[in-house]
Amino acid sequence: MDVSSLPISASQRGKLISAGYASLSSISSLSPSRLALDLKISENEAVEILKVASGRSGGQDKIESGSCAIVNGAQTAWDMLHEEEYSKCITTSCSNLDEILGGGIHCKEVTEIGGVPGIGKTQLGIQLAVNVQIPADYGGLGGKAVYIDTEGSFMVERVLQIAEACAQDMLEYNALLQRDSQACLVDTQPKSFLDNIFYFRVCTYTEQIAVINYLEKFLSEHTDVKVVIVDSITFHFRQDFEDMALRTRLLSGMALKLMKLAKKFNLAVVLLNQVTTKFKEGSFQLTLALGDSWAHAATNRIILYWNGNERHAFIDKSPSLPSASSPYTVTGRGIRNSTSNCKRVKLM
Amino acid sequence: MANKLISEMGLPKSIANVFSARNILTAKDALSLSEFELMELMDVGLEEVMAAVGHISEISCPPYQTALSLLEQRNHNEYLAGHLPTGLKGLDAALCGGIPFGVVTELVGPAGIGKTQFCLKLALLASLPTCHGGLGGRVIYIDVESKFSSRRIIEMGLSSFPEIFNMEGMAQQMAGRILVLQPASLSEFTESLQKIKVSLLQHDVKLLIIDSMTALASGEYGQGPPKLGWHISFIKSLAECCRIPVVVTNQVRSQVRDGASRYVFQGHIRADTLEDTSKVEYHLVAALGIHWAHAVSIRLVLESRSGKRLIKIAKSSISPSLGFFFRIDASGISFLNNEGEEMTGPEANSIHCQGHSGIINYDREALQ
Repeated sequence: MDVSSLPISASQRGKLISAGYASLSSISSLSPSRLALDLKISENEAVEILKVASGRSGGQDKIESGSCAIVNGAQTAWDMLHEEEYSKCITTSCSNLDEILGGGIHCKEVTEIGGVPGIGKTQLGIQLAVNVQIPADYGGLGGKAVYIDTEGSFMVERVLQIAEACAQDMLEYNALLQRDSQACLVDTQPKSFLDNIFYFRVCTYTEQIAVINYLEKFLSEHTDVKVVIVDSITFHFRQDFEDMALRTRLLSGMALKLMKLAKKFNLAVVLLNQVTTKFKEGSFQLTLALGDSWAHAATNRIILYWNGNERHAFIDKSPSLPSASSPYTVTGRGIRNSTSNCKRVKLM
Repeated sequence: MANKLISEMGLPKSIANVFSARNILTAKDALSLSEFELMELMDVGLEEVMAAVGHISEISCPPYQTALSLLEQRNHNEYLAGHLPTGLKGLDAALCGGIPFGVVTELVGPAGIGKTQFCLKLALLASLPTCHGGLGGRVIYIDVESKFSSRRIIEMGLSSFPEIFNMEGMAQQMAGRILVLQPASLSEFTESLQKIKVSLLQHDVKLLIIDSMTALASGEYGQGPPKLGWHISFIKSLAECCRIPVVVTNQVRSQVRDGASRYVFQGHIRADTLEDTSKVEYHLVAALGIHWAHAVSIRLVLESRSGKRLIKIAKSSISPSLGFFFRIDASGISFLNNEGEEMTGPEANSIHCQGHSGIINYDREALQ
C-alpha cells in the first residue's frame, strides 16, 4: 500500500515521501521518535501519522476466531440475513404497495421515489412521516421523522388530516382486538404525531448540504428518528446549475452521506425526485431528473405514474425485489389501496 | 445563510485563518468541496477538516421546527390561518379556506377562459377591508399581457359588494390599493421582481399576481426553451419569506398526443398507437413545461367542457381533484354549484377546449 493513500495532510505526505517512506510497510515498524526525527516534525504529529498508518494496514495481519474477523468491518451474508429479519419496515398504508415493496419502506436503505407533478410524491412523504410513528404495539416502529423540505410544498393542514386518519385507524384496530384501549390511548392524539416530525426548510443547495452534514449530530441526539425524508432532492440542483460536474459530485457526496446515516442509525432514507423529459430512441420519454449517474445513488427506485385513470407505483430498481407495479390512490385520509371497482365516497 | 462568512462562525482562529488564506470565504465555498479536497487545499489533517466542516454545517443549517409548532404558529399569527378566501364556497372548502399564503398557486387555461377575470377578482378581494372578508392590504399586480382593467374591477366590486363600493370614496380607496406593473421584457420583469421584495415587506402587500408567466418567457426567447430556473426559485422564496399568496397564470400550447408522457418501462403500449400516424391528434398542455409544473404548489386548470366553463384542482397537496362549473358575470366568477365533481386520474390535468368559442361570445352578449 502506498503512503499517498493515507488520509493525512499534503505537507506531511510530502515529508514522508521525501524522507524515503513510500510504502506503508516501511513505516509500520518505526518508533514515533525515529519518525519525528526523520521528518523533522513533533513527536505528537509522528504518533498521529503512525496511528493512521496502522489503522490502514491493521486487520490484514490479525485473524481472530469467529466468522467476521477476516476482513475488519465485514459482515457475513448469513449475519446480514439474520439482521434483515429483525429490521422493520414503514408501511405506506396501501397494502398493495407494501406487498410489492416486501412490507414497506425498509430501514437501512435509501429509497428514491419519483413521478410527475401532482402524482402524490409529497403525499407519500407525509404519509411515511406519520406512519413511522405507529407504536410497536400496532406493528409499527414507534419512531420519529425528519422532513427536509426544499420546495416549500409541505402543508401542515394535510399532515394533520393524515395524522387524524392514522389515529382513528389505530383506535378501530384496538376495538377490533377488543384490547384495553386505555393503555394505548396515550400516544394516539393527532397532535402528538405532529410533534414528532422535525421539519427543516432548506432554501439553497448549500443549506441542503449543510443539513445533511448536520444530520449526523442531530440524529445522535435524537436516536428515535427512524425516517429521513428529503422533498425533493432535486429542486435546488435543477435551478441555475451551470457546472454539471460539480452538481454530480455534490449529489453523489450527499448520497453517500445519506447511505451512511441510514446504516449507522438504522433508519430509512426517502428521497423524492422530480421528472424530466429526455429524447431517446426517436421520441421524448419521461425519466427521473438528475441524470444517469444519479440513478445509481439510491438503493431502491420507485416511479409513480398514471396508468389509465389509476395511480400506479413501479419498482424500477431494487437489489432484492422483483420489478412489479401496484395501484394506489390518494384519498382525504392519505395513501390507500386503490378501490377502482367501487365508487369512492365523495369527500365534500 | 449560504453566504455566511466562515470567519464569523467562531471556528478556532488557526483554522479560520487557513480558510481565508485559501479564499474559501463562505459556507457555500466550503461545502461545495469534499473533505478530501479541503485537506488537499488547506494542508491540514482529516480530523480538523471534519470538525471544521461539521461546525460550518451546523451554523449554516436552518433551524428545525416540529410540525406541531409550525401549525400553531400559522394558526395564531396569521389572519384566517393563512388563506385568502376566494368567495367561491366549494373551492374554499376544498383548499381548507382559500388560496394559501406562502406558496405559488397557478391558473392554467386557454385564452379567454377567465384566468384574468379570476386574477382581478382575487386582487379585489385582497384589497377589501378585513371586516368584509378581504385581507385589507395592498396588491401588486404584474400585468405582462396588458389585460388589466380597472373598470372591470370596479364593476366587480359594485356588483358583489355594493354596500362598500356605493360608499363615497371607497371605490377609489380600494382601487388605490392595487398597484399594477407592466414590464415589457423579461429583463425588466426580473428587475422589478428584485425591487418588489423590499416593498412587499414594507408596504403591507397581501397578494402578488403575475399574469402571465408565459408571455415573457416565450416572447423573449422565441424558439429556445425559456430558462426560468431563477424566477421559479425567486418567486417561491418571495411567497415564503413574506408569507403572502402568489398567483401566477400560465397559457396553453398544443402537443401531439402521447408525446413525452410515458416512461421507458411503459413502452409496449406505444406500439399500437404509432400505426395510424396519419391521424395525428393534438391536445392542450400547459405552456411552461414539467419543470415549472413541479415548482407550483397548487395548479388550477380552467377549461371549457361541452360549452361550459370548468375549474379543476389539478394539483394540490391538501385537496382531492375536484371540478366546478362556473360562469363569468358582472360580479366576477360564480359557481353553478358548490358541490364539486370528482375528477379521476389524469383527467384532472388535461385541458379541454370543446365549444370554447361559443361560450365566449355568449358571455360577451350577456355582459353588454
